[in-house]
Amino acid sequence: MSDSDKPDPLARLGAELDRARASRPPPPQPSGDGGNLQQGIGLGLRIGVEFVVAILIATGLGWVIDQWAGTRPWGTIVLFFLGVGAGMVNVYRAVAGIGMAVGYRRNAAGKPPAKDDWDDEE
Amino acid sequence: MAIELNPLEQFKIERLVPLHIGKLDVSYTNSALAMTVVVVLITALIIIGTRRAALVPGRLQSLVEMTYEFVADMIDSNVGREARGYLPFIFSLFTFILLANLLGLVPYSFTVTSHIIITLALALVVFIGVTIIGIVRHGFHFFSLFVPHGVPLPLLIILVPIEVLSYFIRPFTLSIRLFANMLAGHTMLAIFGGFAAAIGLAAIFPVAINTGLIGLELLVAVLQAYVFAILTCLYLRDSIHLH
Repeated sequence: MSDSDKPDPLARLGAELDRARASRPPPPQPSGDGGNLQQGIGLGLRIGVEFVVAILIATGLGWVIDQWAGTRPWGTIVLFFLGVGAGMVNVYRAVAGIGMAVGYRRNAAGKPPAKDDWDDEE
Repeated sequence: MAIELNPLEQFKIERLVPLHIGKLDVSYTNSALAMTVVVVLITALIIIGTRRAALVPGRLQSLVEMTYEFVADMIDSNVGREARGYLPFIFSLFTFILLANLLGLVPYSFTVTSHIIITLALALVVFIGVTIIGIVRHGFHFFSLFVPHGVPLPLLIILVPIEVLSYFIRPFTLSIRLFANMLAGHTMLAIFGGFAAAIGLAAIFPVAINTGLIGLELLVAVLQAYVFAILTCLYLRDSIHLH
């Protein structure tokens, strides 16, 4: 059965598209200085806010809980430290993503080796 | 000083068409006008750019196609091909923020993204949407996102609240990042502009600084739109591929 026998032109087009897509090389990974610079600045701008906001929001939340539950200093204190932790986790996540392939897809092919090395050290 | 420095005046919201529904103030403001301009401009650009779809694209068509490809590549490399269904949303988000930021740099215009209510609304849409996608795709299993695996039980008492907190902080970091950058940049421009108006001939120095700052602000405007879009992709990835 050849392509021309197919009655539906859309189906034929679909098959052709699939063939073309299969023959196309995988999407190029952004490389070169331009991409790295863009990514670097983007990352820098990202993590700058991450840490501060985490602490501020968490402490604010703790204060609100204190007002509401009347547990004066404890909610603020506990949530402040949790906020510091959350901020560090966020920054670590943002930074740890750099070394991995663009987009650091962790479950695409298991864990990337770089990540495993980190785990072993801990 | 003859000229009063008021660098924050540019962010003032004015009611252009006062409208009230009951006690609700739904006036058409300069902020709403700026957003309307942004949306109309994007729509017009895309419609005109794709009207005569040529095999060898012209300038406008190239612009539209490059923007599309850029966002599509961003989704492919950050979330994966299966997330292409979310392309319209991320594309709209990216172009809206990009154009709002860029149009804000036009003198006497209004910068929508320098208001936290706008950026927070955008971020909350992303946050709530991504959470719903995660719950729909993974059901109750989605909440395993908050439980890091391979951690001894006593540590979980500390780690789970931290994970929950770092998850719920996302909309705030997302919105404050964009808002603070735009606010700071425009305030800085206005301050140097105010100096220039006040000091006569020596004004050449603040004007020179402002010339450099405008370049920086252009960079920030584009990068912040990019960062917002890419973080949306990363959050989307978290709820699509649960790790």
